[in-house]
Amino acid sequence: MRSKFVKGMADGMPIALGYLSVSFGFGILAVKAGLSVLAAVGISLTNLTSAGQAAGIGIIAAGGTLIEMILTQLVINLRYSLMAVSLTQKLDGSFHTPQRMLVAFGITDEIYAVAMAQKEPLTPRYMQGLIFTPLIGWTTGTFLGGMAAGQLLPPVLSDALGLMLYGMFIAIIIPPCKKSHPLIAVILIAAGFSVLFTYATPFISGGFAVILSALITCILAAFFFPIKEEKA
Amino acid sequence: MSVGIYIAVMAGVTYLIRMLPFTLFRKEIRSPFWRSFMFYLPYAVLSAMTFPAIFYATGNTVTAAVGTAVALLLAYFDLPLIVVATAASLAALLIGLWV
Repeated sequence: MRSKFVKGMADGMPIALGYLSVSFGFGILAVKAGLSVLAAVGISLTNLTSAGQAAGIGIIAAGGTLIEMILTQLVINLRYSLMAVSLTQKLDGSFHTPQRMLVAFGITDEIYAVAMAQKEPLTPRYMQGLIFTPLIGWTTGTFLGGMAAGQLLPPVLSDALGLMLYGMFIAIIIPPCKKSHPLIAVILIAAGFSVLFTYATPFISGGFAVILSALITCILAAFFFPIKEEKA
Repeated sequence: MSVGIYIAVMAGVTYLIRMLPFTLFRKEIRSPFWRSFMFYLPYAVLSAMTFPAIFYATGNTVTAAVGTAVALLLAYFDLPLIVVATAASLAALLIGLWV
């Protein structure tokens, strides 16, 4: 039981380190928008999401309405619903309603991707571990960023740290491509759509462009390259 | 309006978006189309999140491109996530100091 939690924590370490640097930036952003360090940390601890939080502090800073807040979070974070459904297909039998309600809190793009890359079914303890370290990293980074806001940092260092998370994404998507040629197509098509939306339709928010690119790509791929049974 | 109310609403919406489908969805998906869709989804999401954003991650396209190349190469040789991620950052840092 305990070792599953520890394995989850270990698998969550690269995510935690990547989050540490990303949330550092969020902490700076939040304090510069006029929020207290405590509020910034509170947001990170209760939301655990990047794009949604960045949009959220924009609304708070501008004194926006709660309806605006609800709609923005809904659109930007809707992809988590899709990931949640996808994850339910990989859960082992010990995932009952309370475990699901707890673990659901920690469904992020990165945690989802690492969980889906596991060979065996997912246990509640493993998922709790996999969420625990990134949550610590995310919250700690926000705190440090908030405290450091306004002070001078070596930019060359914080800039380089910005690559951590993306480096991890590449490490997740590239190795399986060697065994599945349709995956190469999926990765190229998704990247292509994402580039297209970024430059051709800059009014579409980042989070929405990502989910739109992924949806179109997966519909095409499921239609043209259906997988054989027992591979999913 | 108090910042606490904003945060509570924000957290509540974000949690429900994750919790409702995760808790309520109990069926096994059998349709080959949707099974394929689910199989490809994580890769499509990560790829769309990475490109083109990775080239802006360091604030300098050259250092970002070098970091990306290092990550692609090491990932191709199956190195662990943390090694690939750290090496990409390190490469960008070294090039950044030198450029």
